[in-house]
Amino acid sequence: MSRRPDDSIERLLRTVPGRRTPRQLAARLAADIPDGWFVNIGIGKPTVITDVVDPKREIVFHSENGIIGVGRFAEDSTQDDDLINAGKEPVTIVSGAAFVHHSDSFALIRGGHLDLAVMGAFQVAENGDFANWNIPGTKIPAIGGAMDLAIGAKRVWIMMDLFDPDGASKLCERCSYPLTARGVVTQVYTDLAIFEVSATGFIVNELVEGLSLEELQRHVPVKIRLEDCP
Amino acid sequence: MHGIFGVQTPMIEKQVTSLAEAVVGIRSGATVLVGGFGNAGSPIELLEALLETDVRELTIVANNAGSGNRGLASLLREGRVRKIICSYPRSNGSIWFERRYLAKEVELEVVPQGTLSERIRAAGAGIGGFFTTTGVGTDLATGKETQMIEGREYLLEMPLFGDVALIKAQRADRWGNLVYHAAGRNFGPTMAAAAGLTVAQVSEIVPLGSIDPETVVTPGILVDRVIKITVAKT
Repeated sequence: MSRRPDDSIERLLRTVPGRRTPRQLAARLAADIPDGWFVNIGIGKPTVITDVVDPKREIVFHSENGIIGVGRFAEDSTQDDDLINAGKEPVTIVSGAAFVHHSDSFALIRGGHLDLAVMGAFQVAENGDFANWNIPGTKIPAIGGAMDLAIGAKRVWIMMDLFDPDGASKLCERCSYPLTARGVVTQVYTDLAIFEVSATGFIVNELVEGLSLEELQRHVPVKIRLEDCP
Repeated sequence: MHGIFGVQTPMIEKQVTSLAEAVVGIRSGATVLVGGFGNAGSPIELLEALLETDVRELTIVANNAGSGNRGLASLLREGRVRKIICSYPRSNGSIWFERRYLAKEVELEVVPQGTLSERIRAAGAGIGGFFTTTGVGTDLATGKETQMIEGREYLLEMPLFGDVALIKAQRADRWGNLVYHAAGRNFGPTMAAAAGLTVAQVSEIVPLGSIDPETVVTPGILVDRVIKITVAKT
């Protein structure tokens, strides 16, 4: 099924000096979250966000399994089997944290009480659709809380690598994989650039050091631009 | 009530003393609601007690599909499971689920996590179904009744009952009142209400009256049996 990674994308990923590591990307994303927000952190890449955020800040992280106030990852000595995040990694809680059961956890998700949900994705389309639960034929389908979060949170931001392991762009005109939700993504944080999903498509808000818009556009099959067009 | 030797025996006694007693009466073909999110709150010993019985063809309702070799994974390994209804079967180490699923020996129904939880809640709360926007515009909307409510499209989801719920809590009394530990709570309170028989494994059983009523999370009215698991098997 998998094809050979596109040579030019491999080279691009290797040679762009400013390409962000997952921790750097998490810190960059966290910098855009205002204090006081309640933020769900989804399974996969985003779980590292709670570990890199400055502990002096007051962003309250929610984990779908019933934690409001997730802290950093747990050290070996503080591990508790019943204290894990959505990705089943051992975590700590912050002062002021609360536990709720699943029905309440998802009531506050669907009920619009979260300011933001950060999730990973297989594909994000320029109309704000995204796909992150099923690649037919290659994986066992797994939704978790993604569909509830996608329709329930006030905002959905995606954190992902821009290219999949086969070198295909995850930004696309329309998703070819089964959708998680329609038209909900507003920001996309990737290792190479940060995008806003506007009414007219993808706007590049930030490019990492050493990457030009022209170079990036050569590898992304959907129009990306620096400013909203009228 | 006074026993034959004049010793007062409790009128409500939900504590059982063996795992065999804890799972007695569970039949082949049963739908079993299984608490837990990954290993947090997973009733591993109760699930493994089913291996000591001859039940098979189980329909399991849980968030995940088991990982490693313990608990739910052991039931899959031994071929006791016919179907899994869950939100996220693709976890690290879900080797037995993967093997059985790819060999088409186990049927899978994936349900969004909040819809799964709410369907179970509806069953326990006497609600005949509910409308949610979760899944609208996706493959999961196929065949479901839709309704426009205040300008938004909703899907109708139906209640999900269990014949049995197996859950894990931290502390119980003999009336079955339960207190949980941290995020081990997860599906426990919801599942306890939605099954014909609810069995909770706990780390501690304390005298009646010693759990502060303000802190009871699942009241004993929803629990049929409690069993203390002394030492976690390794």
